[in-house]
Amino acid sequence: MRAENERPVYMDHAATTPVRPEVFAAMVPYFSRFFGNPSSLYTFARESREAVEEARGRVAAAIGAEPAEIYFTAGGTESDNWAIKGASAAHRRGGGHIITSSVEHHAVLHTCQHLERQGFSVTYLPVDGYGRVDPGAVADAITDRTCLISVMSANNEIGTVQPVAELGKIAREHAIPFHTDAVQAIGSVPVDVDVMNVDLLSLSAHKFYGPKGIGALYIRNGTEIENLIHGGAQERKMRAGTENLPGIIGLGKAIELAAADIEGYTRRIGGMRDRLLAGILDAVPDVALNGHPEMRLANNLNISFRYVEGEAILLLLDAHGICVSTGSACSSGSGEMSHVLTAIGLAPEMARGAVRLTLGDANTDDDIDYVLDVLPRVIERLRSISPLAPPCGDREGT
Amino acid sequence: MYNELVMDHMLNPRNVGELADADGAGEARSASCGDVMKLYLAIDDGVITDVRFQTYGCGAAIASSSIATELIRGKTLDEAWYLSTHDVVNALGGLPEAKEHCSVLAEDAIRAAINDYLARNGLPARETAAGTCSDCCRHDDGSCPGPEKR
Ligand SMILES: Cc1ncc(COP(=O)(O)O)c(C=O)c1O
Ligand code: FES
Repeated sequence: MRAENERPVYMDHAATTPVRPEVFAAMVPYFSRFFGNPSSLYTFARESREAVEEARGRVAAAIGAEPAEIYFTAGGTESDNWAIKGASAAHRRGGGHIITSSVEHHAVLHTCQHLERQGFSVTYLPVDGYGRVDPGAVADAITDRTCLISVMSANNEIGTVQPVAELGKIAREHAIPFHTDAVQAIGSVPVDVDVMNVDLLSLSAHKFYGPKGIGALYIRNGTEIENLIHGGAQERKMRAGTENLPGIIGLGKAIELAAADIEGYTRRIGGMRDRLLAGILDAVPDVALNGHPEMRLANNLNISFRYVEGEAILLLLDAHGICVSTGSACSSGSGEMSHVLTAIGLAPEMARGAVRLTLGDANTDDDIDYVLDVLPRVIERLRSISPLAPPCGDREGT
Repeated sequence: MYNELVMDHMLNPRNVGELADADGAGEARSASCGDVMKLYLAIDDGVITDVRFQTYGCGAAIASSSIATELIRGKTLDEAWYLSTHDVVNALGGLPEAKEHCSVLAEDAIRAAINDYLARNGLPARETAAGTCSDCCRHDDGSCPGPEKR
Protein backbone atom coordinates (compact mmCIF):
# COMPACT_ATOMS: atom_id res chain seq x y z
CA MET A 1 0.00 0.00 0.00
CA ARG A 2 1.16 3.40 -0.95
CA ALA A 3 2.16 5.80 1.82
CA GLU A 4 -0.24 8.66 2.43
CA ASN A 5 0.68 11.98 0.82
CA GLU A 6 3.54 10.41 -1.09
CA ARG A 7 2.28 12.26 -4.17
CA PRO A 8 -1.16 13.57 -4.97
CA VAL A 9 -3.54 11.05 -6.48
CA TYR A 10 -4.90 13.24 -9.24
CA MET A 11 -8.42 12.28 -10.25
CA ASP A 12 -9.56 15.54 -11.83
CA HIS A 13 -8.51 15.14 -15.46
CA ALA A 14 -11.74 16.78 -16.65
CA ALA A 15 -10.53 19.99 -15.00
CA THR A 16 -7.13 19.85 -16.64
CA THR A 17 -4.38 17.38 -17.52
CA PRO A 18 -0.60 17.35 -17.13
CA VAL A 19 1.37 18.27 -20.27
CA ARG A 20 2.87 15.13 -21.83
CA PRO A 21 6.69 15.16 -21.89
CA GLU A 22 6.71 14.80 -25.70
CA VAL A 23 4.40 17.79 -25.96
CA PHE A 24 6.54 19.88 -23.67
CA ALA A 25 9.70 18.89 -25.57
CA ALA A 26 8.09 19.90 -28.85
CA MET A 27 7.25 23.34 -27.43
CA VAL A 28 10.63 24.17 -25.92
CA PRO A 29 12.44 25.36 -29.09
CA TYR A 30 9.69 27.90 -29.76
CA PHE A 31 10.26 30.00 -26.66
CA SER A 32 13.80 31.32 -27.10
CA ARG A 33 15.29 29.77 -30.21
CA PHE A 34 12.61 30.05 -32.89
CA PHE A 35 10.84 32.94 -31.23
CA GLY A 36 10.15 34.87 -34.42
CA ASN A 37 6.73 36.36 -34.98
CA PRO A 38 4.98 34.10 -37.51
CA SER A 39 3.70 37.23 -39.28
CA SER A 40 7.17 38.73 -39.87
CA LEU A 41 8.54 38.64 -43.39
CA TYR A 42 12.24 37.90 -42.85
CA THR A 43 13.67 34.43 -43.22
CA PHE A 44 14.21 33.95 -39.47
CA ALA A 45 10.44 33.97 -38.84
CA ARG A 46 9.84 31.30 -41.43
CA GLU A 47 10.53 28.50 -38.93
CA SER A 48 7.79 29.90 -36.68
CA ARG A 49 5.35 30.27 -39.54
CA GLU A 50 5.96 26.79 -40.85
CA ALA A 51 5.63 25.29 -37.39
CA VAL A 52 2.26 27.00 -36.94
CA GLU A 53 1.04 25.62 -40.25
CA GLU A 54 2.30 22.17 -39.39
CA ALA A 55 0.38 22.30 -36.11
CA ARG A 56 -2.71 23.49 -37.94
CA GLY A 57 -2.41 20.46 -40.19
CA ARG A 58 -2.19 18.15 -37.17
CA VAL A 59 -5.31 19.63 -35.61
CA ALA A 60 -7.16 19.34 -38.92
CA ALA A 61 -6.06 15.73 -39.41
CA ALA A 62 -7.20 14.80 -35.90
CA ILE A 63 -10.78 15.90 -36.54
CA GLY A 64 -11.12 15.18 -40.26
CA ALA A 65 -11.00 18.82 -41.32
CA GLU A 66 -9.03 20.91 -43.83
CA PRO A 67 -6.13 22.93 -42.35
CA ALA A 68 -7.77 26.11 -43.66
CA GLU A 69 -10.79 25.39 -41.46
CA ILE A 70 -8.76 25.53 -38.20
CA TYR A 71 -8.39 28.81 -36.27
CA PHE A 72 -6.28 28.99 -33.14
CA THR A 73 -7.80 30.62 -30.08
CA ALA A 74 -6.94 31.07 -26.40
CA GLY A 75 -8.90 27.94 -25.43
CA GLY A 76 -12.31 26.37 -25.13
CA THR A 77 -13.98 29.40 -23.65
CA GLU A 78 -12.92 31.69 -26.48
CA SER A 79 -13.85 29.11 -29.11
CA ASP A 80 -17.33 28.73 -27.62
CA ASN A 81 -17.79 32.49 -27.40
CA TRP A 82 -16.62 33.00 -30.96
CA ALA A 83 -18.75 30.22 -32.40
CA ILE A 84 -21.93 31.35 -30.70
CA LYS A 85 -21.58 35.11 -30.87
CA GLY A 86 -19.95 35.08 -34.29
CA ALA A 87 -22.32 32.68 -36.01
CA SER A 88 -25.51 34.10 -34.55
CA ALA A 89 -24.46 37.63 -35.43
CA ALA A 90 -23.64 36.64 -39.00
CA HIS A 91 -26.88 34.79 -39.50
CA ARG A 92 -29.40 37.08 -37.94
CA ARG A 93 -28.60 40.68 -37.20
CA GLY A 94 -30.65 42.25 -34.44
CA GLY A 95 -32.08 39.11 -32.91
CA GLY A 96 -32.69 35.52 -33.81
CA HIS A 97 -33.22 32.18 -32.18
CA ILE A 98 -30.55 29.88 -30.75
CA ILE A 99 -31.07 26.28 -29.63
CA THR A 100 -28.76 24.77 -27.04
CA SER A 101 -29.02 22.33 -24.14
CA SER A 102 -29.46 22.90 -20.43
CA VAL A 103 -26.27 20.94 -19.62
CA GLU A 104 -23.73 22.98 -21.60
CA HIS A 105 -20.57 24.36 -20.06
CA HIS A 106 -20.88 27.91 -18.73
CA ALA A 107 -18.75 29.09 -21.67
CA VAL A 108 -21.81 28.28 -23.81
CA LEU A 109 -24.63 28.95 -21.34
CA HIS A 110 -23.42 32.34 -20.15
CA THR A 111 -22.71 33.37 -23.74
CA CYS A 112 -26.28 32.47 -24.69
CA GLN A 113 -27.60 34.37 -21.69
CA HIS A 114 -25.56 37.37 -22.82
CA LEU A 115 -27.13 37.13 -26.28
CA GLU A 116 -30.60 36.97 -24.72
CA ARG A 117 -29.89 40.37 -23.19
CA GLN A 118 -28.94 41.54 -26.71
CA GLY A 119 -32.34 40.53 -28.07
CA PHE A 120 -31.81 36.92 -29.13
CA SER A 121 -34.17 34.24 -27.90
CA VAL A 122 -32.65 30.98 -26.68
CA THR A 123 -34.18 27.54 -26.21
CA TYR A 124 -32.40 25.53 -23.51
CA LEU A 125 -33.40 21.97 -24.31
CA PRO A 126 -34.10 19.67 -21.38
CA VAL A 127 -32.22 16.37 -21.10
CA ASP A 128 -33.28 12.94 -19.91
CA GLY A 129 -32.17 11.41 -16.61
CA TYR A 130 -28.83 10.47 -18.18
CA GLY A 131 -28.17 13.95 -19.52
CA ARG A 132 -28.98 13.12 -23.16
CA VAL A 133 -30.62 15.58 -25.52
CA ASP A 134 -33.51 14.09 -27.51
CA PRO A 135 -32.91 14.74 -31.23
CA GLY A 136 -36.68 14.90 -31.71
CA ALA A 137 -36.82 17.79 -29.28
CA VAL A 138 -34.21 19.65 -31.29
CA ALA A 139 -36.26 19.19 -34.46
CA ASP A 140 -39.36 20.43 -32.64
CA ALA A 141 -37.58 23.50 -31.29
CA ILE A 142 -36.47 24.74 -34.72
CA THR A 143 -38.29 27.81 -35.98
CA ASP A 144 -37.77 29.87 -39.12
CA ARG A 145 -35.80 32.29 -36.94
CA THR A 146 -33.35 29.68 -35.63
CA CYS A 147 -29.82 30.81 -36.54
CA LEU A 148 -27.65 28.39 -34.55
CA ILE A 149 -27.80 25.04 -32.77
CA SER A 150 -25.11 24.31 -30.18
CA VAL A 151 -24.92 21.02 -28.29
CA MET A 152 -21.79 19.70 -26.59
CA SER A 153 -20.17 16.43 -27.68
CA ALA A 154 -19.62 15.20 -24.13
CA ASN A 155 -20.49 16.66 -20.77
CA ASN A 156 -17.73 17.84 -18.45
CA GLU A 157 -19.54 16.92 -15.21
CA ILE A 158 -21.24 13.60 -15.84
CA GLY A 159 -19.41 12.54 -19.01
CA THR A 160 -22.57 11.88 -21.00
CA VAL A 161 -21.90 11.65 -24.74
CA GLN A 162 -24.53 13.35 -26.90
CA PRO A 163 -25.93 11.99 -30.19
CA VAL A 164 -24.07 14.73 -32.04
CA ALA A 165 -24.16 13.15 -35.50
CA GLU A 166 -27.94 12.86 -35.36
CA LEU A 167 -28.31 16.42 -34.09
CA GLY A 168 -26.00 17.64 -36.84
CA LYS A 169 -28.05 15.84 -39.45
CA ILE A 170 -31.21 17.60 -38.30
CA ALA A 171 -29.44 20.96 -38.33
CA ARG A 172 -28.15 20.31 -41.83
CA GLU A 173 -31.60 19.36 -43.13
CA HIS A 174 -32.79 22.76 -41.96
CA ALA A 175 -29.65 24.55 -43.20
CA ILE A 176 -28.91 25.82 -39.69
CA PRO A 177 -25.27 26.07 -38.58
CA PHE A 178 -24.42 23.49 -35.93
CA HIS A 179 -21.77 24.01 -33.23
CA THR A 180 -20.44 21.42 -30.82
CA ASP A 181 -18.26 21.99 -27.78
CA ALA A 182 -15.92 19.01 -28.10
CA VAL A 183 -13.59 20.17 -25.34
CA GLN A 184 -14.11 17.02 -23.25
CA ALA A 185 -14.48 14.66 -26.21
CA ILE A 186 -11.12 15.01 -27.99
CA GLY A 187 -8.92 12.02 -27.22
CA SER A 188 -11.75 10.11 -25.56
CA VAL A 189 -14.21 9.56 -28.39
CA PRO A 190 -13.56 9.63 -32.16
CA VAL A 191 -14.22 13.12 -33.46
CA ASP A 192 -14.78 13.68 -37.17
CA VAL A 193 -16.45 16.85 -38.34
CA ASP A 194 -18.01 15.16 -41.38
CA VAL A 195 -19.33 12.14 -39.50
CA MET A 196 -20.71 14.48 -36.83
CA ASN A 197 -22.21 16.92 -39.37
CA VAL A 198 -20.80 19.91 -37.51
CA ASP A 199 -20.03 23.35 -38.91
CA LEU A 200 -18.27 24.70 -35.85
CA LEU A 201 -16.30 22.77 -33.21
CA SER A 202 -14.49 23.98 -30.08
CA LEU A 203 -11.45 22.25 -28.61
CA SER A 204 -8.93 23.05 -25.89
CA ALA A 205 -5.41 21.62 -25.54
CA HIS A 206 -5.19 21.40 -21.75
CA LYS A 207 -7.93 18.77 -21.64
CA PHE A 208 -5.83 16.31 -23.65
CA TYR A 209 -2.34 16.68 -22.18
CA GLY A 210 -1.48 19.89 -23.97
CA PRO A 211 -0.77 23.34 -22.52
CA LYS A 212 -3.35 25.69 -21.02
CA GLY A 213 -4.57 28.81 -22.78
CA ILE A 214 -4.56 27.44 -26.31
CA GLY A 215 -7.39 25.94 -28.31
CA ALA A 216 -8.98 26.05 -31.70
CA LEU A 217 -12.26 26.66 -33.42
CA TYR A 218 -13.06 24.58 -36.48
CA ILE A 219 -15.09 26.59 -38.97
CA ARG A 220 -16.41 24.59 -41.92
CA ASN A 221 -15.67 26.23 -45.26
CA GLY A 222 -18.59 28.45 -46.22
CA THR A 223 -19.92 28.91 -42.67
CA GLU A 224 -20.73 32.54 -42.08
CA ILE A 225 -19.21 33.90 -38.89
CA GLU A 226 -18.21 37.30 -37.61
CA ASN A 227 -14.94 37.96 -35.82
CA LEU A 228 -14.84 37.96 -32.04
CA ILE A 229 -11.34 39.38 -31.54
CA HIS A 230 -10.58 42.42 -33.66
CA GLY A 231 -7.13 43.79 -34.44
CA GLY A 232 -4.30 42.54 -36.61
CA ALA A 233 -4.55 40.33 -39.67
CA GLN A 234 -3.50 37.04 -38.05
CA GLU A 235 -5.35 33.78 -38.72
CA ARG A 236 -6.37 34.95 -42.19
CA LYS A 237 -7.94 38.11 -40.72
CA MET A 238 -10.34 36.03 -38.63
CA ARG A 239 -8.70 36.07 -35.19
CA ALA A 240 -6.42 38.97 -34.32
CA GLY A 241 -3.45 38.79 -31.99
CA THR A 242 0.11 37.53 -32.26
CA GLU A 243 0.00 33.75 -32.31
CA ASN A 244 0.70 31.82 -29.11
CA LEU A 245 3.54 30.06 -30.86
CA PRO A 246 4.66 27.51 -28.24
CA GLY A 247 1.03 26.89 -27.33
CA ILE A 248 0.09 26.18 -30.93
CA ILE A 249 3.02 23.76 -31.28
CA GLY A 250 1.94 22.05 -28.05
CA LEU A 251 -1.68 21.81 -29.20
CA GLY A 252 -0.59 20.24 -32.49
CA LYS A 253 1.59 17.64 -30.79
CA ALA A 254 -0.96 16.87 -28.08
CA ILE A 255 -3.88 16.37 -30.45
CA GLU A 256 -1.80 14.18 -32.71
CA LEU A 257 -0.92 11.91 -29.76
CA ALA A 258 -4.49 11.96 -28.42
CA ALA A 259 -6.15 11.14 -31.73
CA ALA A 260 -3.67 8.33 -32.48
CA ASP A 261 -4.53 6.33 -29.37
CA ILE A 262 -8.23 6.83 -28.59
CA GLU A 263 -8.87 3.11 -28.45
CA GLY A 264 -5.87 2.26 -26.27
CA TYR A 265 -6.48 5.25 -24.01
CA THR A 266 -10.14 4.50 -23.42
CA ARG A 267 -9.40 0.81 -22.81
CA ARG A 268 -6.66 1.66 -20.30
CA ILE A 269 -8.47 4.48 -18.51
CA GLY A 270 -11.90 2.85 -18.84
CA GLY A 271 -10.57 -0.32 -17.25
CA MET A 272 -9.33 1.57 -14.20
CA ARG A 273 -12.55 3.60 -14.09
CA ASP A 274 -14.73 0.47 -14.16
CA ARG A 275 -12.73 -1.14 -11.37
CA LEU A 276 -13.01 2.02 -9.29
CA LEU A 277 -16.77 2.18 -9.81
CA ALA A 278 -17.28 -1.49 -9.00
CA GLY A 279 -15.18 -1.11 -5.86
CA ILE A 280 -17.13 1.93 -4.67
CA LEU A 281 -20.52 0.32 -5.34
CA ASP A 282 -19.30 -2.73 -3.46
CA ALA A 283 -17.94 -0.91 -0.42
CA VAL A 284 -20.34 2.01 0.05
CA PRO A 285 -24.12 1.74 0.48
CA ASP A 286 -26.55 4.46 -0.65
CA VAL A 287 -24.63 5.66 -3.69
CA ALA A 288 -25.77 6.33 -7.25
CA LEU A 289 -23.87 6.80 -10.49
CA ASN A 290 -24.90 9.99 -12.27
CA GLY A 291 -24.99 10.05 -16.05
CA HIS A 292 -25.33 7.23 -18.56
CA PRO A 293 -23.93 3.78 -17.68
CA GLU A 294 -22.43 3.30 -21.18
CA MET A 295 -22.76 6.48 -23.23
CA ARG A 296 -20.18 8.26 -21.11
CA LEU A 297 -16.55 9.32 -21.35
CA ALA A 298 -14.21 6.48 -20.39
CA ASN A 299 -12.52 8.57 -17.71
CA ASN A 300 -15.58 9.90 -15.94
CA LEU A 301 -17.28 8.91 -12.71
CA ASN A 302 -19.84 11.16 -11.10
CA ILE A 303 -21.22 9.60 -7.96
CA SER A 304 -23.74 10.82 -5.43
CA PHE A 305 -23.25 9.78 -1.83
CA ARG A 306 -26.47 10.10 0.10
CA TYR A 307 -26.46 11.81 3.54
CA VAL A 308 -23.17 13.63 2.97
CA GLU A 309 -22.13 16.78 1.19
CA GLY A 310 -19.74 16.92 -1.77
CA GLU A 311 -17.45 19.66 -0.53
CA ALA A 312 -16.92 17.85 2.75
CA ILE A 313 -15.96 14.70 0.83
CA LEU A 314 -13.58 16.71 -1.34
CA LEU A 315 -11.85 18.22 1.69
CA LEU A 316 -11.43 14.90 3.48
CA LEU A 317 -10.09 13.24 0.34
CA ASP A 318 -7.75 16.19 -0.12
CA ALA A 319 -6.40 15.58 3.36
CA HIS A 320 -5.42 12.13 2.04
CA GLY A 321 -3.82 13.60 -1.07
CA ILE A 322 -6.68 12.71 -3.42
CA CYS A 323 -7.82 15.41 -5.87
CA VAL A 324 -11.45 15.27 -7.00
CA SER A 325 -14.09 17.87 -7.69
CA THR A 326 -17.70 18.58 -6.93
CA GLY A 327 -19.80 19.86 -9.78
CA SER A 328 -17.38 21.51 -12.19
CA ALA A 329 -14.26 23.33 -11.08
CA CYS A 330 -15.73 26.71 -11.90
CA SER A 331 -18.83 26.17 -9.76
CA SER A 332 -17.03 25.10 -6.61
CA GLY A 333 -16.99 27.86 -4.05
CA SER A 334 -20.13 29.45 -5.41
CA GLY A 335 -22.41 27.39 -3.17
CA GLU A 336 -24.83 26.89 -6.02
CA MET A 337 -26.05 23.52 -7.09
CA SER A 338 -24.73 22.12 -10.36
CA HIS A 339 -27.00 23.04 -13.28
CA VAL A 340 -26.17 19.70 -14.88
CA LEU A 341 -27.23 17.60 -11.90
CA THR A 342 -30.35 19.74 -11.59
CA ALA A 343 -31.12 19.23 -15.29
CA ILE A 344 -30.95 15.43 -15.00
CA GLY A 345 -33.53 15.68 -12.23
CA LEU A 346 -31.42 14.70 -9.24
CA ALA A 347 -33.05 15.35 -5.89
CA PRO A 348 -31.22 18.21 -4.13
CA GLU A 349 -29.79 15.95 -1.43
CA MET A 350 -28.31 13.63 -4.09
CA ALA A 351 -26.99 16.54 -6.15
CA ARG A 352 -25.29 17.97 -3.07
CA GLY A 353 -23.56 14.66 -2.38
CA ALA A 354 -22.09 14.39 -5.87
CA VAL A 355 -18.38 13.98 -6.46
CA ARG A 356 -16.65 13.80 -9.83
CA LEU A 357 -13.60 11.57 -10.26
CA THR A 358 -11.99 11.81 -13.70
CA LEU A 359 -9.11 9.48 -14.45
CA GLY A 360 -6.25 9.84 -16.85
CA ASP A 361 -2.57 9.34 -17.57
CA ALA A 362 -1.64 10.50 -14.09
CA ASN A 363 -3.29 7.41 -12.57
CA THR A 364 -2.05 3.90 -11.90
CA ASP A 365 -3.69 0.74 -10.59
CA ASP A 366 -2.19 1.60 -7.19
CA ASP A 367 -4.18 4.83 -7.23
CA ILE A 368 -7.39 2.88 -7.68
CA ASP A 369 -6.50 0.65 -4.71
CA TYR A 370 -5.62 3.69 -2.65
CA VAL A 371 -8.88 5.52 -3.41
CA LEU A 372 -10.84 2.34 -2.75
CA ASP A 373 -9.14 2.16 0.62
CA VAL A 374 -9.64 5.81 1.58
CA LEU A 375 -12.98 6.81 0.05
CA PRO A 376 -15.25 4.35 1.89
CA ARG A 377 -13.68 5.41 5.20
CA VAL A 378 -14.19 9.08 4.35
CA ILE A 379 -17.86 8.50 3.52
CA GLU A 380 -18.39 6.42 6.65
CA ARG A 381 -16.77 9.13 8.74
CA LEU A 382 -18.91 11.91 7.29
CA ARG A 383 -22.03 9.79 7.67
CA SER A 384 -21.13 9.30 11.33
CA ILE A 385 -21.29 13.10 11.66
CA SER A 386 -24.46 13.47 9.59
CA PRO A 387 -27.86 13.67 11.29
CA LEU A 388 -29.48 12.37 8.10
CA ALA A 389 -27.69 9.02 7.92
CA PRO A 390 -29.46 6.10 9.53
CA PRO A 391 -27.61 5.01 12.66
CA CYS A 392 -25.27 2.11 12.09
CA GLY A 393 -22.88 0.62 14.61
CA ASP A 394 -21.38 2.62 17.41
CA ARG A 395 -21.37 6.28 16.54
CA GLU A 396 -20.71 7.75 19.96
CA GLY A 397 -18.11 10.46 20.30
CA THR A 398 -15.56 11.24 17.63
CA MET B 1 -9.69 28.33 0.61
CA TYR B 2 -10.11 27.55 4.32
CA ASN B 3 -7.58 28.45 7.03
CA GLU B 4 -5.82 25.82 9.13
CA LEU B 5 -8.11 26.11 12.13
CA VAL B 6 -11.21 25.61 9.95
CA MET B 7 -9.56 22.61 8.32
CA ASP B 8 -8.68 21.18 11.72
CA HIS B 9 -12.30 21.45 12.91
CA MET B 10 -13.44 20.02 9.58
CA LEU B 11 -11.10 17.03 9.72
CA ASN B 12 -11.31 16.49 13.48
CA PRO B 13 -14.68 17.83 14.56
CA ARG B 14 -15.08 18.08 18.35
CA ASN B 15 -18.08 16.75 20.27
CA VAL B 16 -19.66 14.72 17.47
CA GLY B 17 -22.60 12.46 18.27
CA GLU B 18 -25.73 12.38 20.36
CA LEU B 19 -26.46 12.66 24.09
CA ALA B 20 -28.92 9.91 24.97
CA ASP B 21 -30.17 11.76 28.06
CA ALA B 22 -29.90 15.31 26.76
CA ASP B 23 -31.68 18.02 28.75
CA GLY B 24 -32.32 19.93 25.56
CA ALA B 25 -32.04 19.11 21.86
CA GLY B 26 -32.55 21.29 18.81
CA GLU B 27 -32.36 21.09 15.07
CA ALA B 28 -31.65 23.78 12.52
CA ARG B 29 -32.04 23.68 8.76
CA SER B 30 -30.72 26.12 6.24
CA ALA B 31 -33.39 27.07 3.75
CA SER B 32 -30.86 28.18 1.17
CA CYS B 33 -28.57 25.16 0.95
CA GLY B 34 -30.30 22.36 2.87
CA ASP B 35 -27.72 21.99 5.64
CA VAL B 36 -28.97 20.32 8.82
CA MET B 37 -27.51 20.51 12.34
CA LYS B 38 -28.70 18.70 15.44
CA LEU B 39 -27.46 19.80 18.83
CA TYR B 40 -27.76 18.03 22.19
CA LEU B 41 -27.17 19.82 25.51
CA ALA B 42 -26.63 18.56 29.05
CA ILE B 43 -27.60 21.40 31.37
CA ASP B 44 -26.94 21.64 35.08
CA ASP B 45 -28.08 24.64 37.10
CA GLY B 46 -28.32 26.89 34.05
CA VAL B 47 -24.87 25.89 32.78
CA ILE B 48 -24.10 23.78 29.71
CA THR B 49 -22.05 20.90 31.07
CA ASP B 50 -21.89 18.75 27.95
CA VAL B 51 -22.71 19.10 24.28
CA ARG B 52 -22.83 16.95 21.12
CA PHE B 53 -23.70 17.73 17.53
CA GLN B 54 -24.41 16.14 14.17
CA THR B 55 -24.17 18.15 10.98
CA TYR B 56 -24.96 17.53 7.34
CA GLY B 57 -23.30 20.19 5.26
CA CYS B 58 -20.19 21.59 3.68
CA GLY B 59 -16.81 22.00 5.33
CA ALA B 60 -17.70 25.41 6.73
CA ALA B 61 -20.93 24.07 8.26
CA ILE B 62 -19.12 21.20 9.97
CA ALA B 63 -16.29 23.42 11.24
CA SER B 64 -18.75 26.06 12.53
CA SER B 65 -20.77 23.40 14.33
CA SER B 66 -17.66 21.95 15.90
CA ILE B 67 -16.25 25.22 17.19
CA ALA B 68 -19.66 26.39 18.38
CA THR B 69 -19.89 23.36 20.65
CA GLU B 70 -16.50 24.27 22.08
CA LEU B 71 -17.61 27.87 22.61
CA ILE B 72 -20.78 27.03 24.55
CA ARG B 73 -19.47 24.22 26.73
CA GLY B 74 -19.31 25.53 30.31
CA LYS B 75 -21.31 28.65 29.40
CA THR B 76 -24.60 29.75 30.94
CA LEU B 77 -27.75 29.47 28.85
CA ASP B 78 -27.76 33.25 28.61
CA GLU B 79 -24.24 33.36 27.25
CA ALA B 80 -24.95 30.54 24.82
CA TRP B 81 -28.14 32.23 23.60
CA TYR B 82 -26.18 35.31 22.63
CA LEU B 83 -23.43 33.46 20.83
CA SER B 84 -23.66 34.97 17.36
CA THR B 85 -22.58 33.68 13.97
CA HIS B 86 -20.15 36.57 14.13
CA ASP B 87 -18.53 35.01 17.23
CA VAL B 88 -18.39 31.63 15.49
CA VAL B 89 -16.73 33.05 12.39
CA ASN B 90 -14.27 35.03 14.52
CA ALA B 91 -13.37 31.99 16.60
CA LEU B 92 -12.60 30.14 13.38
CA GLY B 93 -10.29 32.96 12.31
CA GLY B 94 -12.62 33.86 9.45
CA LEU B 95 -14.47 32.06 6.70
CA PRO B 96 -14.50 32.83 2.97
CA GLU B 97 -17.23 35.41 2.38
CA ALA B 98 -19.35 33.02 0.31
CA LYS B 99 -19.26 30.59 3.24
CA GLU B 100 -20.15 32.92 6.12
CA HIS B 101 -23.82 32.05 5.88
CA CYS B 102 -22.99 28.43 6.72
CA SER B 103 -22.23 29.40 10.31
CA VAL B 104 -25.80 30.62 10.93
CA LEU B 105 -26.77 26.99 11.39
CA ALA B 106 -24.92 26.71 14.72
CA GLU B 107 -26.59 29.75 16.19
CA ASP B 108 -30.03 28.51 15.15
CA ALA B 109 -29.41 25.05 16.57
CA ILE B 110 -28.20 26.44 19.90
CA ARG B 111 -31.34 28.55 20.26
CA ALA B 112 -33.59 25.65 19.29
CA ALA B 113 -31.90 23.41 21.87
CA ILE B 114 -32.19 26.03 24.61
CA ASN B 115 -35.87 26.56 23.85
CA ASP B 116 -36.38 22.80 23.90
CA TYR B 117 -34.81 22.72 27.37
CA LEU B 118 -37.06 25.59 28.53
CA ALA B 119 -40.15 23.86 27.14
CA ARG B 120 -39.27 20.60 28.86
CA ASN B 121 -39.08 22.52 32.12
CA GLY B 122 -42.35 24.37 31.58
CA LEU B 123 -40.61 27.68 31.02
CA PRO B 124 -41.56 30.20 28.31
CA ALA B 125 -39.52 30.11 25.12
CA ARG B 126 -37.07 32.90 24.45
CA GLU B 127 -37.47 34.86 21.28
CA THR B 128 -35.10 36.67 19.03
CA ALA B 129 -35.86 40.32 19.76
CA ALA B 130 -37.84 42.10 17.11
CA GLY B 131 -36.05 44.59 14.93
CA THR B 132 -32.84 42.66 14.47
CA CYS B 133 -31.88 41.43 11.09
CA SER B 134 -32.64 37.76 11.09
CA ASP B 135 -30.05 36.64 8.58
CA CYS B 136 -26.98 38.32 9.96
CA CYS B 137 -25.16 38.07 13.25
CA ARG B 138 -28.25 38.93 15.32
CA HIS B 139 -26.82 40.77 18.29
CA ASP B 140 -30.27 41.08 19.79
CA ASP B 141 -28.73 41.94 23.16
CA GLY B 142 -28.40 45.44 21.76
CA SER B 143 -24.73 45.18 20.89
CA CYS B 144 -25.35 45.11 17.17
CA PRO B 145 -22.51 46.98 15.49
CA GLY B 146 -24.71 47.51 12.43
CA PRO B 147 -24.43 45.74 9.12
CA GLU B 148 -21.78 48.10 7.80
CA LYS B 149 -19.41 47.17 10.65
CA ARG B 150 -19.77 43.47 10.27
C1 LIG C 1 -17.10 21.27 -21.95
C2 LIG C 1 -16.15 22.41 -21.74
N1 LIG C 1 -16.25 23.51 -22.50
C3 LIG C 1 -15.42 24.55 -22.35
C4 LIG C 1 -14.43 24.56 -21.38
C5 LIG C 1 -13.55 25.75 -21.24
O1 LIG C 1 -12.29 25.50 -21.80
P1 LIG C 1 -11.03 26.39 -21.43
O2 LIG C 1 -10.67 26.03 -20.03
O3 LIG C 1 -9.97 25.97 -22.42
O4 LIG C 1 -11.41 27.81 -21.59
C6 LIG C 1 -14.30 23.44 -20.55
C7 LIG C 1 -13.28 23.41 -19.49
O5 LIG C 1 -13.55 23.57 -18.31
C8 LIG C 1 -15.18 22.34 -20.73
O6 LIG C 1 -15.10 21.27 -19.95
S1 FES D 1 -28.05 42.10 14.46
FE1 FES D 1 -25.92 42.21 14.39
S2 FES D 1 -25.50 43.15 12.50
FE2 FES D 1 -27.63 43.03 12.54
